[in-house]
Amino acid sequence: MNENVKKCPIIANHIKVALVGQPNVGKSMLINSVSNAHLHVGNFSGVTVDKTEVLFDYKHYHFTVVDLPGTYAFTDYTIEERVTRDYLCAEDYDIIINVVDSTNLEKNLQLTAELFTMSKKMVIALNMSDEAEKEGIEINAEYMSELLNIPCVKVSAAQKTGIEELINTVVEVHEKPKPEPKLVFSEPVEEEIENIVSYLQKHKFQATNSYRNIAINLLKENKRTYAKLHDDPIWTELQPILIEASKHIELHHDTDDIKEAFAEEYASFNRGIVAEVVKVKKPLREEKTLTEKIDSVLIHPLYGIPIFLFLMWGLFQLTFVLGAVPMDWIDAFFGWFGDAVGATITNDDMRSLVVDGLIAGVGAVILFTPNIIILFIGIALLESTGYMSRVAFLLDGFFHKFGLHGQSFIPLVTGFGCSIPAYMSARILKNDRDRLLTLFIISFMSCGARLPVYVLFAGAFFSESIAGNVLFAIYITGAMLGLIAAKVLKLTAFKGADEPFVMEMPKYRLPSVKLIWHTVLSKTLMYLKKAGTFIAGATVLIWFLSNYPHNTELEKNYEVKIEQAHSQEEKNKLANELASKNLEQSYLGRIGAFSEPLFRPLGLDWKMAVALEAGLAAKEVVVSTLGVLYALGDDVSETTYSLKDAISKNISFASAVAFIVIIMVYLPCFAASVVFTREAGGIKYFFYLLAFTSITAYVLAFLAYHITLLLGY
Amino acid sequence: MKRLIDCEKGEKVKVVKLNANYDLKQRLISFGVMKDAQIQVLEHAPRKKTIEVKVGKMRIALRAEEAELIEVK
Ligand SMILES: Nc1nc2c(ncn2[C@@H]2O[C@H](COP(=O)(O)OP(=O)(O)OP(=O)(O)O)[C@@H](O)[C@H]2O)c(=O)[nH]1
Ligand SMILES: [Mg+2]
Repeated sequence: MNENVKKCPIIANHIKVALVGQPNVGKSMLINSVSNAHLHVGNFSGVTVDKTEVLFDYKHYHFTVVDLPGTYAFTDYTIEERVTRDYLCAEDYDIIINVVDSTNLEKNLQLTAELFTMSKKMVIALNMSDEAEKEGIEINAEYMSELLNIPCVKVSAAQKTGIEELINTVVEVHEKPKPEPKLVFSEPVEEEIENIVSYLQKHKFQATNSYRNIAINLLKENKRTYAKLHDDPIWTELQPILIEASKHIELHHDTDDIKEAFAEEYASFNRGIVAEVVKVKKPLREEKTLTEKIDSVLIHPLYGIPIFLFLMWGLFQLTFVLGAVPMDWIDAFFGWFGDAVGATITNDDMRSLVVDGLIAGVGAVILFTPNIIILFIGIALLESTGYMSRVAFLLDGFFHKFGLHGQSFIPLVTGFGCSIPAYMSARILKNDRDRLLTLFIISFMSCGARLPVYVLFAGAFFSESIAGNVLFAIYITGAMLGLIAAKVLKLTAFKGADEPFVMEMPKYRLPSVKLIWHTVLSKTLMYLKKAGTFIAGATVLIWFLSNYPHNTELEKNYEVKIEQAHSQEEKNKLANELASKNLEQSYLGRIGAFSEPLFRPLGLDWKMAVALEAGLAAKEVVVSTLGVLYALGDDVSETTYSLKDAISKNISFASAVAFIVIIMVYLPCFAASVVFTREAGGIKYFFYLLAFTSITAYVLAFLAYHITLLLGY
Repeated sequence: MKRLIDCEKGEKVKVVKLNANYDLKQRLISFGVMKDAQIQVLEHAPRKKTIEVKVGKMRIALRAEEAELIEVK
C-alpha cells in the first residue's frame, strides 16, 4: 500500500482548472494552444455550448482543464450560460482561469468582479495580447495583479505567447493559500458590507467563504447564499438588516433594482482599474475602425442581403464547378479499382459483394468528398471571420416575420454542415419556445450528407453550366420551406410573445489557415471514416438483402434462353432482364414492393423508395443504396458504369423532383434524431418531429411530382 | 423623451434609463448598456428593424422593439 502511494503522484499533483470568461474571448483556443486538443473555435458568441474536459501533463502536474460556455454575467440567461453557472457553483475544481479580452478589458472585468466572490483561487489570462498590441493598447499586467491581488498574465492563444508563464502561475497559485481579491465598492456599499460582516462575526457564523464575500452575495441577492442562510437561526435577525441595506444602496444609485446598482458599482470599479493599468499608445482617432468600415459595406441596409445571397450562390457554384474536377478522377479510380479487384475474384458472389456492394456503394459516397470539403470550407469561413453574426443581424427582420429569432440563424447555418452540432447550438436561444421551434426546422437546412444526393441528381438532369444554380436553388428552397414551416409552427404549436434580440457583433478577424485547415480536415476525415465504417456496413447489408434469396429456377430458365439467343444484342437484353427479375424477388425487392404503393403516388419506384427508407439511418446511405441497386440491376454490358448516367436513364424528371423534395424535408438521420430528442427534452418531441417532417415531405413531394408533370416534364 | 431608436446613424448619446423588463434589463446591463453609458448608433438594418450600436468598444445588435425601451439623451 505504502509503495503505491509513493508511486502515485497523480492524485497529489492533479490540478483541475475551470476556464471562465465572456463569450468569444478565446477560451477554447487557449485550451487548444496549451494542449493538443482541437476544440471548436469560431468568431461569434456561443461557439462552445457544453462543458468539455481536456487532459494534459505539464512538468510533473496532471491538468484537467474544463472549457465552459462563455457567459456575460451570472444571470442564467441562456441554457449554455446556465451550464457555466452550475459548473462553477456545484462542481469540484481547484482554480479558475478567467480569460479576458485585452482589447476590451473594461467590459470583460464585469464578469471578473462577479467571480471574485466565488471563494476560489483565480488567475486572470489577458488574452488577445497580440491584437491589443496592434491596436496600441498596453496593459501593465504586474500593476494590475497588484491592484486586484490576483495574478494577471498576458497571453495570446493565437500566437501561443505567454502560455508557459500562465501555467506556471496556475501552479504557483495552486501551491499557495488563496489570496483575497481586492474589490472596492462605493462608500455606502462598503458601509453595509462592514455592517453585515460584523454581524456574522458576532454570531461566529460557520462558513467556507469569507464573511466579506457572503455579505456581498447577500446584498446582491444571490439565490444560493440566500438559500443557505435562510434556514439558519440568525436569518430572522439578518433579514431586516439586509432590507435596510438594500434600500440604502438603491437610494444611492437611484434605482429600484439591486442588480443594476451592483452592475454600476462594478463598472465604476473597473473604470478605475482600467484607468490605472491600461495605456492607449495611439490616441484613439475619431476615424472608423476597420471592422466598422467593413460593416458599412457588408451590413448595408440595401446591399447587405444581396451580398450575402451572392456569396452563398458563389459557394454552391464552386461546390459544383470546382468539385467536378477531382470527382472525375475519383470516379475513374473507383471504376478502375472495381474492375481490377473484380478480375482477381473468381467466386461470383464474392465478386458481386466486393464490386457491386462495397466498391460501388462506398465509392458513390467517397465520390462526393470534394463537394463536402468545399461546403465545409465555406461554413468554416463564415464561422471564423465574424460574418456569421452580421448575417444574423441582416436576417433578423426577415426571420422575425416568420416567428424566428435572428440568432436562430447560427444553429440553422450550422445545420448546413451537420444537424447534430446544430441541435446543440440552439442552446444559445434563451427562450424554450424559440429553441424548440428552431430545433424543429433545423432539419429543413440540408446537411452536408444530403449534398451528395443533390449533386448526383443535379448532375444527372442538368448540364454542368447550370447545375450549380440548381444546387443553390435546392438549398434556398429548403431554407424557405423551413421558414414557412416555422411560421406554421409559430402560429399553432409555439404561440407566444417574441423574445428580445440582443447580440454581440464580434470584430472581423482574418482566420488563420491552420485553423480552417484543422476544422475542415477533421470534418472531412469524419465523413470518410463514416463512409468506411457505418456506410460500408450498411452497404453490405443492402447488397445482401438485394442478392438473396437466389432463385435457381429463374436463373436456369434464363441461362437456357440466353444460350438459345441468336444475337449478342438479344443476349444482353435477356441478361439485363434476369438481373432485374432477380433483384425484384430479393428480400430488398420484396420490402420495396411492400412499400411501393405508398410511394407510387409520388412517382417513385421501389428502388427509390428503398433508398429513402435506408436514408433514415444516414443520408449517405441513400447514395450508396442507389449505387448498389443500379449497379446490380442494369446494363451488365456497360463496362464502366456511372451512377449519374444510370439515374438519368432510369428515373423520370418528375420522379427525381419528388425524390429530392423528400430528401430535403424528412428526418436527417438516426444519430441526429437521438441528439434532437435529448436537446428537445423528451421522446414525445421526436414523434412530433417524425410526424411533422414525414407528413410535410409526403405532401410536398406529391405536389411537386404532379406539378412537374403538369408543366410537361 | 428620446429613445435609442430615434437616434440617427452616427449619433452619440448617453443612456438615461432602461425601461425593459427584468430579464432584458439584466441582459442589457451585462452588455454594458446601463445608466450613463455612452452609446453610438453605427448601422440600421432595412427599415430600421434592427440596429447596430457601439457601447464602449463592443458592438451590439438590437431590435427596434428593444431600442425603444432605452431612454437616452
Ligand atoms: N488575434 C487573436 N485572436 C484570438 C486569440 N484567441 C482567440 N482568438 C480568436 O477569437 C475568436 C474566439 O475564439 P474562441 O476560442 O472560439 O472563443 P471562446 O471564448 O471559446 O468563445 P465561446 O465558446 O463562444 O464562449 C476566434 O475567432 C479566435 O480565432 C488571440 O490570442 N489572438
Ligand atoms: Mg469556446
